[in-house]
Amino acid sequence: MKRLKVFGSLVKDSLDTTTQGSKKYHIWMAFLTFIMLIGMYCYSLQIEHGLSVTGMTDRVSWGLYISNFTFLVGVAAAAVMLVMPTYVLKDIDFKQAVLIGEGLAVAALIMCLAFVVADMGGPSVLWHMIPGIGVFNFPASMLTWDVIVLNGYLFLNISIPFYILFRRYQGKVPNPKIYVPGAILSVFWAVGIHLVTAFLYQGLQARPFWNNALLGPRFLASAFAAGPALIILVLAIIRTFTEFKIEDKTIKKIGMIVTVAAQINLIMLVSELFKEFYAPTHHSESAYYLFFGLHGKTALLPWIWTAIPLNVLATVLLTFGKLRNNLKVLYFCCFILFIAIWIEKGFGLIVPGFIPGPYGKISEYTPTGIEIGVTLGIWALGAFIFTILAKTAIKIETGKLQFRK
Amino acid sequence: MSDNTKKWFSLNLNSKKKQNTGSCGCGKTSGGCGSHTKDQISDKEFDAAVDAAIGDERKKDGFDQVFDVQMDRRTAFRKLTASLVIGAGAISTSCNLTSGEETKEKAQIDWEEQFKGNYKLMTDEEKKATVDRLVRSYQLRKGKNINMSSKNAEKDVLFGYAFNISKCQGYMDCVSACVEENNQDRNSQMEYIRIHEMKDGKGLKFDEADDNYYHEVPAEGHFYMGTQCFHCDNPPCVEVCPVQATWREEDGLVVVDYDWCVGCRYCMAACPYDGRRFNWSTPEVPENEINKNQHYLGNRMRKKGVMEKCTFCVQRSRAGKNPACVEACPTGARIFGNLLDPDSTIRWVLNNKKVFRLKEDLGTEPKFWYFMD
Repeated sequence: MKRLKVFGSLVKDSLDTTTQGSKKYHIWMAFLTFIMLIGMYCYSLQIEHGLSVTGMTDRVSWGLYISNFTFLVGVAAAAVMLVMPTYVLKDIDFKQAVLIGEGLAVAALIMCLAFVVADMGGPSVLWHMIPGIGVFNFPASMLTWDVIVLNGYLFLNISIPFYILFRRYQGKVPNPKIYVPGAILSVFWAVGIHLVTAFLYQGLQARPFWNNALLGPRFLASAFAAGPALIILVLAIIRTFTEFKIEDKTIKKIGMIVTVAAQINLIMLVSELFKEFYAPTHHSESAYYLFFGLHGKTALLPWIWTAIPLNVLATVLLTFGKLRNNLKVLYFCCFILFIAIWIEKGFGLIVPGFIPGPYGKISEYTPTGIEIGVTLGIWALGAFIFTILAKTAIKIETGKLQFRK
Repeated sequence: MSDNTKKWFSLNLNSKKKQNTGSCGCGKTSGGCGSHTKDQISDKEFDAAVDAAIGDERKKDGFDQVFDVQMDRRTAFRKLTASLVIGAGAISTSCNLTSGEETKEKAQIDWEEQFKGNYKLMTDEEKKATVDRLVRSYQLRKGKNINMSSKNAEKDVLFGYAFNISKCQGYMDCVSACVEENNQDRNSQMEYIRIHEMKDGKGLKFDEADDNYYHEVPAEGHFYMGTQCFHCDNPPCVEVCPVQATWREEDGLVVVDYDWCVGCRYCMAACPYDGRRFNWSTPEVPENEINKNQHYLGNRMRKKGVMEKCTFCVQRSRAGKNPACVEACPTGARIFGNLLDPDSTIRWVLNNKKVFRLKEDLGTEPKFWYFMD
């Protein structure tokens, strides 16, 4: 009974916290709400007319939604990069950052699920997928694996921070015996969600562009570069706008992680390019389409040739310790790396998988305005959720929000 | 829970069957009407019977009786859904004063269709029930009768298909026959069959072929080759479906339950033969062009957001006829039949011609062969 009372008071207090703030905060939230409403309107159009309002066709049957989904799974998995040293290796540096990382994971996972639902042709019969009342094609379909790991990861990333914050809220110290096993589990789980998502594509013999053994590891490397890069940017913003103290040391340590992951990612990219272009086969056509265009169809060229230089530039800059430890350079590198990997692992991965088609037909894909509207709406939703989570967490962590007996 | 064989919850609001089996004309078993003959049992026996029936529930009272009941998850979900459905139904009925019998029946059918199970797992009676509902629904909405079958695969039948590259002249009669037979969406010009026009002397160069030509055929210096769903024996599309909305039937047909499909299009990405089509918007067929001879797994009307594909015209092939494409082909390039029947034409082709299949290295085992004269 007492716990319920504390919980009720926590909910009330966090509602107060999230609805009050500076003018900038209110403008930010109003802006996100506005974008979300536009997204909702676009989605309502999609519900009414079907997926024909998107740029997808029978030839390219996955597009912007699934691209963003794939990328965001990586961002969610990256929370582990902070969890591991803090809880498992007992590195104190990361402690302030880890709740932010987990909040980011929750927001990213909710965005993932929203993107998958937005991509469904029949959202009203999604209950067919619920184990127990629907028919769950486990273990044959990788998509069912993905449903399990994503929801499991979401649960882990909600429950661990919730436990910690709930204890702090009552002025108690969280018991490591309770949350450390969960944290260790989530470390493995994070690798799992990304590997399973890679297997979703890797397992399709119909699509040679995806059907290669490097896809899974490359997913991990790029995720562990893009995810922490986003965390660095978010920490930088939080440091400027709130009293939450994050030391330079923490940010620099995460910067180290980004660097190593970006380097590994680049090595894998080189390996992939070598395989596709040294002895090109019929199966290299998708790569040719992506990097050079095929038969005059060149829609993806501007994207990929933005991504590759940004990726290389960021990795090179980060490699030099002097540059990396300059926070301004670090933020810049993180920003361009994030953009580069978003392109590479979103558009640059999903769309060429369908081009050329199974019989060599090349028909290109361009997202429509409605599709972009829904996508922006979901990103705004993610930012909205993250802002709420972070604001409450920071208040509790700094001891400003406490249970009054 | 009178009918435990059902795999989903159904309402039975309009059920013609009498729920109450009380022998009295008043329909009650309580005996309030006075015409019941009282069974003569002693108080002791009565207590024993009650104990046996409700057991420890007797000691509970109030909401304990409702909440302290042991039930498995499935039953719990079913009851939850039931209360939800009944609640929603009650609201819609109470707010709608003018709703007639037909509206009610439509609503009833829609509810049952929304919450029905996967066709693959249905018993024959359940299959029949859903087909009846769909026929009745069409009648109520369009005022016309359709004929829908739920015929299962026959024993000792395995369908196969052969395509004679030498004979095909690219007339595309098969394509239009297929569209008409299978009620495909006319707006998006959905076609299951693609005819690839290839240049002579270059071999099978699919990437240089034209599958969307609008000129007179046969064009000089070209040959033609058709592709459609190959009904693989090891279909990758079936493996990947998260809800088992697509599967391989006993007679080898790879089919889709349009009502169970969630529209994730994973199967489309998994198919190496471009055999699947998606309803990006609500499919439209002019009323007078609708083929009313339908099969649940075949050419019945689809809705938006679901996958569909060639079924070797299941409504025809299971009735002993050739698929529409085979019948329409003016050159005799298309051969269809039972692979398990040693006297069938398809078996003759496989035994006497040099046949090949596409992308055999993928291990999909298509049941669609090509050959030349």
